[in-house]
Amino acid sequence: MSDPVQLFHTCLVNEIAPEVGMAAVRLLERLGRGVEVPLEQTCCGQPAYNGGFHEEAKAAARHTLDVLSATAGPIVIPSGSCGDMVIHQYEVLFRDEPEWRDKAHAVAERCRELSQFLVGEWAQVPDRPRLRLPARIAYHPSCHLLRGLGVSDAPLSLLRAIEGVTLADVNDQDECCGFGGLFSVKQPEISGSMLDRKLASVAASGADRLVSCDLGCLMHLGGGLRRRRSPIVVQHLAQVLDEALP
Amino acid sequence: MSQTPAFPLRVRAALLDERLHVALGRATDALRSRRSAAIGSLEGFDEVRDLARKIKMELLADLSSHLQRFEERLIANGVSVHWAETGADANRIVAGIAKSHGARRIVKSKSMATEETHLNQALQREGMEVVETDLGEYIVQLAEDRPSHIILPIIHLTREDVGEVMHRRIGVPRTGDPQTLAAYARAKLREEFLSADMGITGANFGVVETGTICLVTNEGNGRMVTTLPRVHVAVMGIEKLVPTLGDLDVFLKLLARSATGQKITTYTTLIRGPRRRGDECGPEAMHVVLLDNGRSRILSGENAEILGCIRCGACLNACPIYKSIGGHAYGDTYPGPIGAIVTPGLRGLRGWSELPAASTLCGACRDVCPIRLDIPRMLLGLRRDTAREEGAPWSLRLGLKAFAWIAPRPALYRAATRMARAFLRFRARDGWLRRAPGLASGWTRVRDLKAPAAKTFQQMWKERQS
Repeated sequence: MSDPVQLFHTCLVNEIAPEVGMAAVRLLERLGRGVEVPLEQTCCGQPAYNGGFHEEAKAAARHTLDVLSATAGPIVIPSGSCGDMVIHQYEVLFRDEPEWRDKAHAVAERCRELSQFLVGEWAQVPDRPRLRLPARIAYHPSCHLLRGLGVSDAPLSLLRAIEGVTLADVNDQDECCGFGGLFSVKQPEISGSMLDRKLASVAASGADRLVSCDLGCLMHLGGGLRRRRSPIVVQHLAQVLDEALP
Repeated sequence: MSQTPAFPLRVRAALLDERLHVALGRATDALRSRRSAAIGSLEGFDEVRDLARKIKMELLADLSSHLQRFEERLIANGVSVHWAETGADANRIVAGIAKSHGARRIVKSKSMATEETHLNQALQREGMEVVETDLGEYIVQLAEDRPSHIILPIIHLTREDVGEVMHRRIGVPRTGDPQTLAAYARAKLREEFLSADMGITGANFGVVETGTICLVTNEGNGRMVTTLPRVHVAVMGIEKLVPTLGDLDVFLKLLARSATGQKITTYTTLIRGPRRRGDECGPEAMHVVLLDNGRSRILSGENAEILGCIRCGACLNACPIYKSIGGHAYGDTYPGPIGAIVTPGLRGLRGWSELPAASTLCGACRDVCPIRLDIPRMLLGLRRDTAREEGAPWSLRLGLKAFAWIAPRPALYRAATRMARAFLRFRARDGWLRRAPGLASGWTRVRDLKAPAAKTFQQMWKERQS
């Protein structure tokens, strides 16, 4: 039996969408992995960091690094943007503090975004569960997952592994949805204009579900769909895979 | 100083302009697909980008000695060299050159550097006649407008808009047919070329080893401007150098592909000084004005890499924000992602800090940049500088202080989020908020807000464990 996985569930999953965390737990366990949740975790500090407030971000980052350093084994994060923060930005944030930078580096080495981790595990599991779910899915590659972490194929290959799933063609699929963290509340008009374009493309694709690997984008897209009274459902990739398990 | 109206007003005006969105969407889509096709035609595109980046970064690391050598070569080629510390200096120098040659009628080919210094207005104030000869820039001049894209200055106008401007200003019969309009402009500009006594250009590149100025154009106007008038003046930013002709080839492979999706532009002009004895044409005198205007300051800061920009405009076409608000909303010469770094760099952060803030950090710009400039990294740096220099409104400052205090204290953090959750759940209906208070009101202006779940993930997890 390999090491248990440490689930860095992220603050948004904890507060807004706990079902995403539970789905991730079930998936990891189904792949034969024990799951542990470091309960002292809070927020990775990304909102403060992206806002330019590095000292405040460091307070959250140091805490996160302390909590994660106290554990062993792989760390799995169900978010491309929190993943990019911990994996790439911590080392930038602490570039002038060698001790913390080294700690950040050691933690980053252990971190994987959920889809990235699942794809690797999936290939190694001998008794692969048969995944089935009839759905027409529009996949939204969140920017920090796609361009930050460079994860492009993992979520798609997982979706393709589900019998009954059709992947819808979305025009300008790689274009940002307009979430951007605090940007979404500080520049609501620009954010809304980008949301309009994205949702128009998704609607035109004929999808009945809109799936992504980032809660932030999903809250933004889901809130936009609800405002427009659209029947399209937003889901995290973990939820789709969990639903497709036998 | 920032221009009036303020950034939020410029943004709002752009977002309300339906025609602008149609024009921008159409043009940027076309440019992006042409770019994709063109980079497919270059084997090892990424390796060429890596090489280009290496060349530029090494050059910038030792810019002053490259500039010195470039000046020596120019002088040896018979070119007069001038150094302009500010835009105003550059304008004064160019006006002085015109006077010393007795030149009053001036034609120009497309140049962002002179756009940056507002050279046209400065020369007109001296009583000189200045005509832009790039078709897009000519329309901009006729319309008394400003360019809104580095490569396509009138990306914000439809063909009907152009027809209207040409009808109003030079009496062309009303039409929206591009070929007809171009033919009128061509005839009109031909007269200008033949009667001008001075030509002004920018420079896409300056080759250090040979003292060569390289211009790339598609309309051929660059050649007319540099060969027909008696005097040629090139105004160029000090960062536009490449070490050798071999290096120039690397950049030419990237520029047209990234900008317009061409393998190479129709005209690539290499100029090595004024007419020599025995030459049949060419200007009698040639001047190069090397413009700093804030570039040295950028060079000494952490965003020095932005000086590697070759002004291809690919980042504008890839940027979803540019697609939403267009170029004018950026308020200065350089729009889009590149402008969000260059403008605060050249003009100072004060008055321009909204530009780096107005980004989702999506990274599409970095992906397409032929020099692989790390624009998101620089945006984050400018945001940090903004936070340091301008601080934040008290409400946000208080929130951040509280965040920094509770984030490392899990028990306190849970207590605080419990309160926030209860408050939001109380305000919600069917699990959603249509209107949220405070900072979140920005959110609900354009979308609904999902209320927090009844139980947190950690609660569910603990229940499952026990």
